[in-house]
This record gives sequence, C-alpha cells and structure tokens, in this order.
Amino acid sequence: MPNQPKPDPSDAVYSQEVPAERPWSRILKRGQTLRIVDIEGQQAVDALLYCAEDPAERYSAQDTLRVQGSAYIELGTKLVSNKGRVMARIIADTCGRHDTSAGCCSCESNAVRFGEPTKYQHACRENFILELSKYGMAKRDIVANLNFFMNVPIDPSGNFTVVDGISAGGNHVDITAEMDVIFVVSNCPQVNNPCNGFNPTPVRVLVWDQPAV
Amino acid sequence: MVGRTKAEISEANRRRYEELRAAGQEATPKALPPATNLDGAPIAPQSVISREEVPSGWYDTVRLRRGEALRIVDTSGLSSVSVIGWCEHDPSERINCADTAKVQWSAALSKGRVILSDMGRVFLSLIEDTSGAHDLLMGGSTPASTLAAFGESARNTHDNFLAAASKLGLGLRDIPPCVTFFAPVSLDAAGRFVWNGARKRPGDFVDLRAEADLLLVLSNCPHPLDPARPAAGGPVTLVRHRAPPAAADDPCRTTSPEIARAFQFTDRLYEGRM
Repeated sequence: MPNQPKPDPSDAVYSQEVPAERPWSRILKRGQTLRIVDIEGQQAVDALLYCAEDPAERYSAQDTLRVQGSAYIELGTKLVSNKGRVMARIIADTCGRHDTSAGCCSCESNAVRFGEPTKYQHACRENFILELSKYGMAKRDIVANLNFFMNVPIDPSGNFTVVDGISAGGNHVDITAEMDVIFVVSNCPQVNNPCNGFNPTPVRVLVWDQPAV
Repeated sequence: MVGRTKAEISEANRRRYEELRAAGQEATPKALPPATNLDGAPIAPQSVISREEVPSGWYDTVRLRRGEALRIVDTSGLSSVSVIGWCEHDPSERINCADTAKVQWSAALSKGRVILSDMGRVFLSLIEDTSGAHDLLMGGSTPASTLAAFGESARNTHDNFLAAASKLGLGLRDIPPCVTFFAPVSLDAAGRFVWNGARKRPGDFVDLRAEADLLLVLSNCPHPLDPARPAAGGPVTLVRHRAPPAAADDPCRTTSPEIARAFQFTDRLYEGRM
C-alpha cells in the first residue's frame, strides 16, 4: 500500500501544537484523517482510541496484532477494537516503525524500572487519566496503547528493548478514522529511556475532513 | 541534581538505561533456573486445596490468595490456556502484559519470570514451568478468529472472558490483554508471528504462585495461531495448592533489581504500609 498523496496543511480543519509532556484529545468523525507530526524527531506519542458511541469498545493491541499477523504498527495497519471492528487505518507513514506492545509509562512502572525516586516524575498514564476524565472515563479504561514513533524491536528469542527512535524531525503518521472515535494522545514525558531521545519535545496534530468524492 | 545541565542528566539517564539493559538481557537470562522436568515438582497431597478439569472451549474462575499457587496442566499437549486477572480488593488493578515484558526486557516467559500488574506489583510468579513457550503479545481467540478458522461460530476466549468477568460484576472495560500458556509464539526476523508446534508436549505444566490476592480467569481455547485448529484442544487440569513459602533467595524474587523492587512494592501492600 503506497503512501497516500499528502493533504495540504492549508486545507486542515484543525491544527494544534501539543507541548512536550502534555495530553491532547479530539473526537474524529468517520472519514477524518489525523496527522501526528514528530516536529523535532525521536518523540514517542502514546495513543488510545475509543468508539465515540460506546467507549466500552476501544482499541485493542492484541486484536490488532492478531489480525495483522505481525508485531509492529506501520503503513496499512488496521487498528482493531476489542469487538473486532476496524476503528482506523494508517494511511501514510514517513517513519516506518511504531509500537503497540510496550504500553505507556506510569509513575508506578517507572519506580520499578528506574528506582523509587522516578515515581515522582510525570508519566503518560497521568496524562491519560486526566484526558479520559473529560469523557467520564478513568484508569480502568486505559488499555494497551499505541506508541507512535517509538521503536521497540522484539527479537526471535523474545528480547524486548526500547531503543533509539528512528523518527527524524518532521516525520509524520496519518490515521483515518473508520468510525467516530475519541482519539486520546499523551506526548510522552519519559526521560529514563531512549523513546524520546532523553529529551521530550512538542508534536503537532492536524485534522482533515474526508476528501469530497 | 543541582548544578547538572540538562545534557548531563540525559547522559546519566542513558548510561543507567544501558546498564539496566545489559543486566536484563545478558546477566539475568543466564541466571534463570532451568525448566522443570515433566515428572518433576510433585504436589504433596496435603497441599492440594482444590482440583478442576476444564473441558476444551471452556473457562474457570479461580480466587487465588497470596501464597497459594495454581498448577495448569496441558494433559493432552493440545491445549493453550489464556489468563487474565485482577487484584481481588481493587479490580482496577490488573495483569499488564506490556509492563511484564518491558520490566523483564523480554516477551518470553519461563520458570523464574513473573507477571506484573499495572501498578508496579507482582501478581504471579512462574515457580515451576516445563514449557517456557507462552504468548504475551498476540492474545486469545475471538468470535471473528474462530469463524475464520472453523467456518462457523465456536467457543472462544474473548466470549469466555466476557462471561467470567460479568459473573464477577466486571465487564468489557475490565478485560486486559491476556497471557496465553502453552502457546509457542515467537517472531521471525521480519516481525511476523510464528507458531513453534514442536515445543508443545503432553503433560506440560506451569505453577503460578500468587503474590497478591487475585481473581483469575482461565480460558481453555485453542490459540488463534495454532495450525491444528479445529482439531486442537483437550481438557486442562487446574490444581490450586499451598505453595512452599518463598525463601529469601527465591529465584523469582531475585532475578533483577527491577523485579526485587516490584516485590518490595507488592509486599508493602500486605504490610499495611501503602
């Protein structure tokens, strides 16, 4: 599947910079396309999708990987819900490698991984909890998420490593909604591993309407 | 931290990360205990609390208290068992496959490894394991996957989890990604999932020691990658038993500094120090 022709940013119906370490969300209507731009490069963007009509239906990492038969998110990947429906598709990708097996950082897992003082560092799960509260959801609703621009190779022996991102400044990924979805993002604050090059930076989100046929 | 520049902090964090990675992927795997023999680790009759046989396609719910263990036996060598679980006193805390892989630097579960919750605590320790061939990444069967494989609707793990959760007052929102035992899934160099059927043997078993008070759901449905479907499947035996107490040098507790911390945080929950 080739990359779709680039939509013109001047045609975007929405454009917003998401500051480093901050959350963002928006309801994407069916047919709308969201672009996430890694402005400076090597910036992980954690993401969750919920069916706007019934948020108990939500993005499922395992269902997505099972349907695809392979372990990484890339151009053409269908993002599948916990009811087996396609919620969205990756229609353009200038980075080439995204993760959905490594989850999001949390104060609690940071304390385990990097020592107890890191419990008091901002984390994606804090962002998700705050952003989801706007839609009446809570920690219970946080599932295994997408990590755009995050590079987590898994080798045949099972070795599982967050390594330096391959995303260069200006790389982007375009996601087209196939149903109305609540799209929730945490611009990852992690400074203890290479997912953000040890330096969290802003990203930009743009939305286009479905092109007229 | 006073006096250090941002670049110096970044450099120090990178150094710590590389040290943890080297320990986690080079030293830790070498120190893991060998797999249990098929005829090893007998359970003393007086330690058995209960025993259940789960037919192929079905599920069971097990309340497992801290210090108890659950043996899952794939009697026929044809089954795979998908497992989810919650903290009994707060089901918003649940099994987390991503943290389990990330914290242990590996998606491969085997004897000596643990399964973590989303709150930085240890839920289950693999104190015995004959197999070492389990799946953390791909998950269980669903209505769509069984329809595609069998050409008709069939019992599946997704529906089993939903039914079991509902009987506990939980629902779809509470069902996390699952761990599937006796599901030899690995990745090829291109990242595609591969089934290593030769790693399944009749009588394979795993002993999961609960490190917290847990509600577990176990679904005995063929894994969606198992090429032997729909013929695959057989009953599995669940034996709830009193595990031997963990010694200070318990292999599951001492694999890495990360895991030692996860146990420390888990123990605090039961020392009334949270």
